[in-house]
Amino acid sequence: MNNVVEVSGLRVVRGKREVLHDLDFSIRAGELTGLLGPSGCGKTTLMRALVGVQAKVTGSLTVHGEPAGSASLRSRIGYVTQASSVYDDLTVTENLRFFAKVLGAPASSVTSAIETVDLASHADQVVRDLSGGQRSRVSLAAALLGSPSLLVLDEPTVGLDPVLREQLWGTFRTLAEAGAGVIVSSHVMDEADRCDRLLLMREGAILADGSPSEIKQKANAEDIEHAFLTLVKEAAR
Amino acid sequence: MSLRRTLAVAGRVLAQVRRDHRTLVMLVVLPTLLMSLLWWMYEDSPAPIFDRIGPALLAIFPFIVMFLVTSVTTLRERSSGTLERLLAMPLGKGDFLLGYALAFGLLAAVQSGVAVAVSVGLLGLEITGSVGLLVVVAIVDAVLGTALGLLVSAFAATEFQAVQFMPAIVVPQILLCGLLVPRDSLPGVLEAISDVLPLSYAVDAMTHLVTTTDTGEVWTDLAVVAGFVVAGLALGSATLRRRTP
Repeated sequence: MNNVVEVSGLRVVRGKREVLHDLDFSIRAGELTGLLGPSGCGKTTLMRALVGVQAKVTGSLTVHGEPAGSASLRSRIGYVTQASSVYDDLTVTENLRFFAKVLGAPASSVTSAIETVDLASHADQVVRDLSGGQRSRVSLAAALLGSPSLLVLDEPTVGLDPVLREQLWGTFRTLAEAGAGVIVSSHVMDEADRCDRLLLMREGAILADGSPSEIKQKANAEDIEHAFLTLVKEAAR
Repeated sequence: MSLRRTLAVAGRVLAQVRRDHRTLVMLVVLPTLLMSLLWWMYEDSPAPIFDRIGPALLAIFPFIVMFLVTSVTTLRERSSGTLERLLAMPLGKGDFLLGYALAFGLLAAVQSGVAVAVSVGLLGLEITGSVGLLVVVAIVDAVLGTALGLLVSAFAATEFQAVQFMPAIVVPQILLCGLLVPRDSLPGVLEAISDVLPLSYAVDAMTHLVTTTDTGEVWTDLAVVAGFVVAGLALGSATLRRRTP
């Protein structure tokens, strides 16, 4: 399998503090990679670095073999920020049509993105009138436009109802199976088993990198939450 | 930079304004109402004061309104995360800024068109020069407000700060533009300062249009204001960073 993202010696400084310390990992095409860790551990900073909007990044960070943030990558990466970054005063369709024009994606991709996030019945509603969960789905739909080959999704399932969460993970799975690299962050450890591969993060470092079963086996734990605790204790020793 | 993306941004901004009916009505009607108020104030005055300060205000109102609207809208775009999303997409900074300038320029055209039509047609504002050129000057002034608004929004972290830039950036220009004291009667230092402020040229252009049919000076003033617009947009583009801390 080919690597979509290759990272080595990645460091990020924010203010005067180093928040990511010497990370090495890769993300493969066709795999659903979960980035798990507590709030504040550096997940968002790492994702911003992948997308190329984070300042003060050192080390090597390539996407499709090009340095992250290169102009040629901008139409190939779908990025969902934690806050739903869409226009409150436009309808779902208007929002997506605008982003599709910016990306140069065909108008038909708007309809299919709306269907993927299950918002067809709300397509002509103004985003302000939608619930928080619906709003974050609009944001997700915007990231799906133009069939990106790398999806960077920052906590896309937070606060959603379990049925919808299930559906969205199904969507992420489908996108990965279609050949895209998909990286999804979450601070909810019970989402771990839905991923092919996990990067467990804590305090700006990667604690473990492997499939959920590998990590559980390594830590001799029954679930990822306990594996995480064991690994933290081991690291402290 | 691409025309398609610039137009997409402009179209989106206009769609947002169109949905916000109150803002739309205020944008179109307020400057006209203020001009009418001014005309009424001097209705019984024997001196032609309305004819003297009316043109300057036709330059100042669109400038103020567009400055405020633009700085707040852009700030909202920064704080909502949509700017970050756009800059992670293949959108040029120039596309973003020109899109805004285009959308607000169009709104300014409507706003100034109505204000000039009412001032000249109903309120009897005497214009010696070309009325069409008066509208052009008003539009360029509004775009100047947009350009400066885009620029200062980069230095504002909150909407409170953005609004404070109005007394900081706009009011001194109004005081020194020749509206209250003719610029050549200002103390030397202030006159020199007023010489480098864009609104001075905008008001000069309006005043020329009212007093003479000779358009040479108007075009020079207009070129200076346009220069400030380009410089403001270029500086604004330099303050837009794809990578943020």
